[in-house]
Amino acid sequence: MIWNSASDFFAMGGYGTYVWGAYVVTAACMAIEPIAVAWRHRRARRDLAAAEDRR
Amino acid sequence: MTTANHRWRLYRFASPATFYPLAGKLVPWFAAVAAILAAWGLWLGMLRAPTDATQGDSYRIIFIHVPAAWMSMLLYVVMAFWAAIGWAFNARLASVVARAIAPTGAMFTFVALWTGALWGKPTWGTWWVWDARLTSELILLFLYGGYLALVSAIDDPRRGDRAGALLAIVGSVNVPIIYFSVVWWNTLHQGASVSVTTAPKMAAVMLQAMLLMTLAFWSYAFAVIFVRARAIALERDNRAAWAGAAAGRTAAQPEATT
Repeated sequence: MIWNSASDFFAMGGYGTYVWGAYVVTAACMAIEPIAVAWRHRRARRDLAAAEDRR
Repeated sequence: MTTANHRWRLYRFASPATFYPLAGKLVPWFAAVAAILAAWGLWLGMLRAPTDATQGDSYRIIFIHVPAAWMSMLLYVVMAFWAAIGWAFNARLASVVARAIAPTGAMFTFVALWTGALWGKPTWGTWWVWDARLTSELILLFLYGGYLALVSAIDDPRRGDRAGALLAIVGSVNVPIIYFSVVWWNTLHQGASVSVTTAPKMAAVMLQAMLLMTLAFWSYAFAVIFVRARAIALERDNRAAWAGAAAGRTAAQPEATT
């Protein structure tokens, strides 16, 4: 552990805005994509089941 | 209708009948590996790696910037490869996989550009510069976007696959341009930090964190792409089912699968 305190960690040696700005946006992208893709898969299953039932 | 029966019928209609359940089984494992490696990599990179002597703590963006940039190029090559296979051998599953890769590749390209801008500002004093590395990476984002727009604009899936394959193959010349841009041109962007032939120009713990994050992103990409490929396979068979119903066929005849 190289940080003395939590505020030290969040300050990132004065580069907090840049470092956290990069990490937060990356984390958001990599959280939203799996959710969106799971929704797409679920919708595809539902639509196929509905089309099957109509036969 | 029982759940088991329901599921069985879905599998029967899932276009590549073996890929669908196999990919479904692999997804949780890739997701778990991605989470574990990312936690390990971030722990090393954010809590253990020392502050850089020249760049201070701004360099910590490297742990997501470089893996995202590598994935953006790797996924493009893999997408173009499967698109070409799908076209050359009329393999539907290969084309589905190519389509499934594109959004994830585009996402990593965006992440590489975004984190690069946030690293460039404190390091170079500018968010953006039209040097060869940055410009060719931006072109990569446009290629992914162009591929996605093209394949979604064509109603016939197989025609869309072929048009997309042509774009993906032609666009793949951009990948070596991105990779070697820092060698071929005098760029503001630094040269490669890691290469196969020379010793890495960074501390071991930094390199370990970066490689762990790369493997985490790679595993994440597998998980997300497999789920998307399964969804696309189902969507395509859904269309076939609709066509069958519209044609007044009563028996549920499975379409020929690739």
